[in-house]
Parts: sequence; structure tokens; C-alpha cells
Amino acid sequence: MQVDPVNETASEERRQWLSILAKAQPDEVSAAWDTLAQPPAYSALRAPETGLVLVRGRMGGAGDAFNMGEMTVTRAAVRLESGETGIGYVAGRDRRHAELAAAVDAMMQAPALRPVVEGAVVAKLARAQAERRDTTARKAAATKVDFFTMVRTRGPQ
Amino acid sequence: MAYVSVKGGEKAITHAHQWLAEDRRGDPGVSELEVAQVREQLSLAVDRVMSEGSCYDRDLAALAIKQARGDLPEAIFLLRAYRTTLPRFGASLPVETEAMAVRRRVSAAFKDIPGGQVLGPTFDYTHRLLDFALAAEGGVAPEPAPQAEEPQAYPMPNIASVFRHEDLLEHDVRADEGPEPYDLTREPMKFPADRDQRLQALARGDEGFLLSLAYSSQRGWGSTHPLCGEIRMGEVAVEFVPDELGFAIEIGEVTLTECTMLSGFAGSAERPPQYTRGYGLTFGHCERKAMSMAIVDRALRHREVGEQADAPVQDEEFVLYHSDNVEASGFVQHLKLPHYVDFQADLQLIRRLRKEHFERRAALKEAAE
Repeated sequence: MQVDPVNETASEERRQWLSILAKAQPDEVSAAWDTLAQPPAYSALRAPETGLVLVRGRMGGAGDAFNMGEMTVTRAAVRLESGETGIGYVAGRDRRHAELAAAVDAMMQAPALRPVVEGAVVAKLARAQAERRDTTARKAAATKVDFFTMVRTRGPQ
Repeated sequence: MAYVSVKGGEKAITHAHQWLAEDRRGDPGVSELEVAQVREQLSLAVDRVMSEGSCYDRDLAALAIKQARGDLPEAIFLLRAYRTTLPRFGASLPVETEAMAVRRRVSAAFKDIPGGQVLGPTFDYTHRLLDFALAAEGGVAPEPAPQAEEPQAYPMPNIASVFRHEDLLEHDVRADEGPEPYDLTREPMKFPADRDQRLQALARGDEGFLLSLAYSSQRGWGSTHPLCGEIRMGEVAVEFVPDELGFAIEIGEVTLTECTMLSGFAGSAERPPQYTRGYGLTFGHCERKAMSMAIVDRALRHREVGEQADAPVQDEEFVLYHSDNVEASGFVQHLKLPHYVDFQADLQLIRRLRKEHFERRAALKEAAE
């Protein structure tokens, strides 16, 4: 895997928003997209396609890889009228989820369009995910065991 | 012997399938089960079907359960069949379970494991009394689960990292530059099997079979004297490198259950005494399966620690060739399909043998008289 060091920061940013788009619920992405006043027109570079990704684990948890099983993934690629291209790779079989993820990815790379989606879609989805994660982490913490030591009572000396 | 092929049964088969559809629906006076209800309310059945169907997709697994009328091995078969219709985009980077957003994590071996004992949504400590409140119609939604003021901190160190500096637990070997891991869906079983091949087979393996093997090991048939080092369940991000990008992106999250079993090792001339580990990893929340897998994984590593191998759980050909319930079910259940010709051939043989038997007896009797 070759990463151009100049573009590394840009890639890291892109990694972030692609992750947020992929981890969002399909209906959340759709609802956020529908709030855009003027969604840009785009054409499909790659029509949404559902396939499998082979999920790997690590032997013992931290060792070399083994193949544990597959997951369904849907991918799409779009081009905006202004020329930017975007891709979507999302778990599951929701075609619109993948297509909208690709459209948002393309918009995030277009300086004129980024402000349109950054808050209304990407940040909104990120907040929802952070809230869900926080709720889960609080529920988990509420089931943490508090150990206490039983005080031994000795009989009369 | 003349071989006569027969045809027929189309109408009977069609009618049988119509009856099956009617029986699947059950009493029409009872409202129909929605796939989303299966997904949300029979979630552990969904987890098992995804795990052994070797395909993570909650909706597909729920649909398979509905279609199979709740027959889980049948649902697993449906999911395995469906996955063959999809192209494979590639393989993910290995999931990092230490980074898991943990919902449950307990260690039976080490009370003071950093991060604490987090029980999560568990059946443990329930009294296993039937709850008739669940049978009441129009039941009220349960109270939301309590939330702590402070969220659980992630990542949560695992049992291996806790003892890493002391070398008390064996380390995971990580070469990273090694060959691609063995893929049973593309390559046939080979023996002797390496651990990557074994773990893939166990991850797809039948929970009941692995549970019985693990139990047999505990009862002394190839015992590894395991302690449960850690069980954790929660969400892990899956990273994948799309060809278009050339760098890894997260494509979603999966729920996983992981188990590490610890077994003491007295040491040898080369290796100091330390704990060895068995490993289990499943899709979804499949704790019984992950624990069984970890015990069986450790038992199958007998060569590495020079253990005598004489029990079924230590025999990798026995374990790996019989752990897949789609294969096992197919071979056992094919016996109900027409074997008319086999039976006809058998009948002729038995008739001839019986005739010879009685002729011999008659001759002996005559000779005796």
C-alpha cells in the first residue's frame, strides 16, 4: 500500500468521514441527505453493487491473521457535475446508503460543496454515533461489579 | 443388473411445498412474524445463524430464520447458499479486538483485571424461571437499562496485555509479512492443518458439536484444564482497503464475541513454564460457542506443547471434518432421498446369501443324520 505523504492529511480526513458514513444507519444518511436544500446532481461511476468482504481476525487476539467469515458490503462510486468523484463502501445491502455515502464523499472533496454537507450530514451522523457509543458505554459501566471484601468476624479470643 | 431410471413426484413436491408454506405461516388468526421482529427480538438466534452461516448480515439471517421456521441449521444452510451468489470484494484488515467498544467483559481467572468485570446483557445469574409476564399480551416495554455517570473507558486492556511484561502468558506470534491466511472457502481441507485453517473451520463450526467436544475435554478426554481468562463482547470496526483508494477505510462495525482460555504448561527443556492460550472468536453474541471454540483450539495445539494426543478433541481430522453442520446435515439427511437402486442391489445380495446359508445348513443336517 503506497500513501503519498503530501496527501496523507487529506487521506486521514477522508478516512474519518468515510468511516462516519459507513457506520451510520442507512435511514439516518437518507434523512440527513433529504435535509439538503439543493442536493447536487451526480451520475453513477459505478452503480451500487452488493458483495462480500472476508473478515479477518487475529489468532489469539493479537497474532497473525485468520479468516473468520464474511460480511455483506455495498459499494458505489459517483461523479458530481463539477467533476469530483466519491466512493461509498458500507456494511449491509442498502444501495441508497452506498450511493449517498459516495455523493457525500465527493461533496466533501469539493471546496464549494463541503460546507453544505459537513455540518448537515457528516457532523450530524458523527454526533448520533458518538451518542450511541456513549449510551452503550454508560450501560456497560452500570453493570461493572463492585467487589467488597467480607469482614471476617472472629469469635471471642 | 438393469438400471431403470424413474421420474415423477413433481406434483407431490409442489403440493408438499405449498403445505410447507401454509405450516410456516401457522394459524392465520395469529399475526404474522416480521423479519424485523426476528432481527430485534430473536437476536441470539440471528447471531448464531450469522456465525455458522459465516456471513454477517442481521437482516439476511433473520429472513433465513423466518423462512426455515426457526430451524437454525436450515437457516444457516440458506445463508451459506445465498453468500455463494455474491462477488467477493476482498479481505478486511484483521479486526483489532482490543479496541472493541465492549458491552460485556468478564475474566473468571483474574478478579482485578484492568477495566473491571463488566457483566453486560447476560443470562448469567438469572434464575432460569419462566417469566410469565413475557407471555402476557400488550406487555409494557421494560425500563431502560440504567446508565452510569461515567461511561466505560475504551480501549479496555485484555488479559494478554495485562500480563505481557511478566511473560506469564504465551505471546501471540505476529509476522504480518507471512503468507495469506488459509481460506477454506477457496481451498480444500489439508492435513496437518495450521492454526489459521483450524480457527476458520471452528469459527464456522456447529455450536453443539464444539460444545460437546469442549465438554468431553473438560471431563478428561484430552483435558487442557482451562480457566476462562477473558470473554468480551461488543462492537469492532472493520477496515478494508478499496482498490480505488489504496488506503484502509472503515466500512462498518460488527458485533463480536471473543474468548481466551488459559491452560497451565509445566514447561520443557526449551520453553519455560507459562500459561498457554486457546482462542475463540465469533460473529454476534455467541458466548457458549466462543468458549467451546477456545477450549477446542487449545486442545488442537497439542503438538506445540508436546502433549500426548489420544482423545477425539485433539484429533484435527476428526474435529475439522465433522464440525461443519451444513456438510454434516447434508450427508446425514441425503439418506432420506431415493436410494431405490442401492436397496434393490442390497436385496438381491441378501436373498442370495440367505439361500446359500440355508443350503449349507441343510447339507450339514443331512451329513449329521
